[in-house]
Amino acid sequence: MLPELGQIALILALLIAVLQAALPLVGAYRQADMLMAIARPAAYVQLSLVALAFAILTYAFVAQDFSLRYVAQNSNSLLPLIYRYTAVWGAHEGSLLLWALILALWTSAVAFFSQKLPHDVIARVLGVMGIIGIGFLAFLIFTSNPFERLLPAAAEGRDLNPLLQDPGMIIHPPMLYLGYVGFAVPFAFAIAALLEPASSRSGLMQNWLRWTRPWTNVAWGFLTLGIALGSWWAYYELGWGGWWFWDPVENASFMPWLAGTALLHSQAVTEKRGSFAGWTLLLAIAAFSLSLLGTFLVRSGVITSVHAFASDPTRGLFILIFLGIVIGGSLLLYALRAPDGDNSATSGKPFSPMSRETLLLANNLLLMAACAMVLLGTLYPLLADALGLGKISVGPPYFSLLFLLLIAPLVLLLPFGPLTRWQREDVSRPLALLIPWAGLAIGIGIATFFLAPQGSWKAAAGVAAAAWIAAGTARFVWSRFATKNSGFTAEMFGMTLAHAGIAVFVIGALLTEALSHQRELALAPGQTVELGRYAFRFEGVSRHVGPNFEADRGAVTVFHDNAVVTMLHPEKRTYASGGQSMTEAAIDPGIFRDVYVALGEPLGLPAGSGRATPGADTWAVRVHVKPFVRWIWMGALLMALGGFVTATDRRFRNRTRNNEETV
Amino acid sequence: MNPTRKHRLLLILLLVAAAAIAATLVAMALQRNVAYLYTPSEVLNGEAGKHARFRLGGMVQAGSFQRAAGSMQAHFLVDDGDATLPVVYTGILPDLFREKQAVIATGRMQGDVFIAENVLAKHDETYMPKEVADKMGAAHRKHDVPTTPVTITTDSVR
Repeated sequence: MLPELGQIALILALLIAVLQAALPLVGAYRQADMLMAIARPAAYVQLSLVALAFAILTYAFVAQDFSLRYVAQNSNSLLPLIYRYTAVWGAHEGSLLLWALILALWTSAVAFFSQKLPHDVIARVLGVMGIIGIGFLAFLIFTSNPFERLLPAAAEGRDLNPLLQDPGMIIHPPMLYLGYVGFAVPFAFAIAALLEPASSRSGLMQNWLRWTRPWTNVAWGFLTLGIALGSWWAYYELGWGGWWFWDPVENASFMPWLAGTALLHSQAVTEKRGSFAGWTLLLAIAAFSLSLLGTFLVRSGVITSVHAFASDPTRGLFILIFLGIVIGGSLLLYALRAPDGDNSATSGKPFSPMSRETLLLANNLLLMAACAMVLLGTLYPLLADALGLGKISVGPPYFSLLFLLLIAPLVLLLPFGPLTRWQREDVSRPLALLIPWAGLAIGIGIATFFLAPQGSWKAAAGVAAAAWIAAGTARFVWSRFATKNSGFTAEMFGMTLAHAGIAVFVIGALLTEALSHQRELALAPGQTVELGRYAFRFEGVSRHVGPNFEADRGAVTVFHDNAVVTMLHPEKRTYASGGQSMTEAAIDPGIFRDVYVALGEPLGLPAGSGRATPGADTWAVRVHVKPFVRWIWMGALLMALGGFVTATDRRFRNRTRNNEETV
Repeated sequence: MNPTRKHRLLLILLLVAAAAIAATLVAMALQRNVAYLYTPSEVLNGEAGKHARFRLGGMVQAGSFQRAAGSMQAHFLVDDGDATLPVVYTGILPDLFREKQAVIATGRMQGDVFIAENVLAKHDETYMPKEVADKMGAAHRKHDVPTTPVTITTDSVR
């Protein structure tokens, strides 16, 4: 009975979304307060209905209701309780429901925190978010119903994919979706701004932007966290020890991140100076469109990916059509009504080629070029297939080489940004401030080249770049505190954190690439393998029984300079439900290095001829020493924090009120 | 020409130059890092000959997996229903690597043997890579492999 209630709740939510989309938009057009007033309550009701459906599905998982097809496919009576909660978003239907729930959450948050905005503005924004809601709820109900019955009920479920039975998977999808879907807010604002009558558009745009900036920052922060969690999960769960593979599914989340990062910066320019108004609108459309494209790529399975879970092409078609409507519609609207660049009222204050505006323009161009490069590499196999050029895949070197080329100038220019004045600047001033620090960074780089265990340009360049960003950012903080009455706002603090995060990330990424050691080899119990200054002694394998799996648990003693560091226990698990085996790597984490051990397979006897005596086998073992790998995620964490801190800036709240008072 | 126009022209020229450089670089990088997918019968027909490095897709033939005791070197046959190709891979195979399952190996031919640098299996055991399914066309039906997720019915659930 309950699942039917969930189904009804979803259908009602769709109807409410239709109301929320249609009435306030018509109301805003006709300036009818009655119709516009529907927007807020509709948002709240939609949230309650979707939350009810989500709660019912969660209950079905916890109570193990195998009469639901989705539950039977993704749960099992042996599944531990915590993973029954997370199994809700473990596959297609549930993760879409999570998408819809998070969209409803963002919509209600906008409705709740927008009391000070003019009625027609908020009516348009909520109306646009209602349209997105219609798309996803219709998608759920018509193609991916999580409440579909399985009659007669299954006696036992097929189990959640073992790879997803992991603590990292508990929070990764919600974080990622909070980011993805969060870009719907700046998108809705951009569309609302374009729908505004031309007479009042330019004046209002700057005010709204001030209002949307915190939303963009928070969404971007969540997306950063989500991507970092995904990378961390892939690192320890896939057992390869890699942290980024340039896989289509990863790219799908990285493209909106790049566009979102560009959006953050261009929003700041438009809000403060009025410049780039049209470009900011376009970026807001791009960031959300890329989020939708990401959903399409992940959910349709059109691209071969190591992360591709069971997917269905017919569903892809639905998203593709929805994608076409959203992107095509918003670009058409943009083409018809974008602010006129020649009109001084809409193009903002003029600036000279040497100014902060120009630097932020360069930032935007480089980020969007990187985004376009990733987009091309990700879609190229699809294009080639469509054009009959054969089935191809684009290798990671394409992405890493071009990304490095595009991001290097960004890193070089980054410290100049905060130190350069708006509008006009002498080249010499920021240069004079930064030259000593550039010297220091180069010195540190050279020192690294000679000191690093295997002197490599990658390690040297990584440390030099990180030192340059860190020193340049510190110089900015110093100059703010050295000048009297200049103050240090939350926005500046957030920016400082995020830029420092980039420094930390660069160290992590390049040092891990340059200094990692890895070996894959056959080890018999008692044998030792050396890796740099570390040594690993394989002690053998014993049998271990978990709640819903059995494991061969290895024991590996790790030595550093002949002193015992730790004992690691990598596992090879076989899940009771499907017989699917899975590698569970064992990691000794550290700030300066991770020691990583994964078990391959028993090599004692040819495969398929049964199990050898426990503990006596030779095993394939993979050992890694990965210096500074944690810095990658620590850097991402700092960036995300920067986004959140920026969003708390008082200016975003106060001035909106002031403007209303003057009106 | 007024200053704004001059400024704009300069900007446009710069952009065009940057775009041209970027396009060249992208094209070069793409060309170098693209790997084509072939099935064993295509390889045996010589279709893959023009590419030194390519991807081989198909099914791991039942009973073909061999590994000398205590060695990291694995031998197996990849089958597309019409032809088979021997593959050698040294290293740890992915968890979902199994006989009678779809596989994509990246590497190059050495004589009559495909030396794989990298072997890919899926996250999900009920899923077959779409491009392999497409490539193998009718062939995959001989192996009775689902191209879409196995639809769950009461009898397929234990």
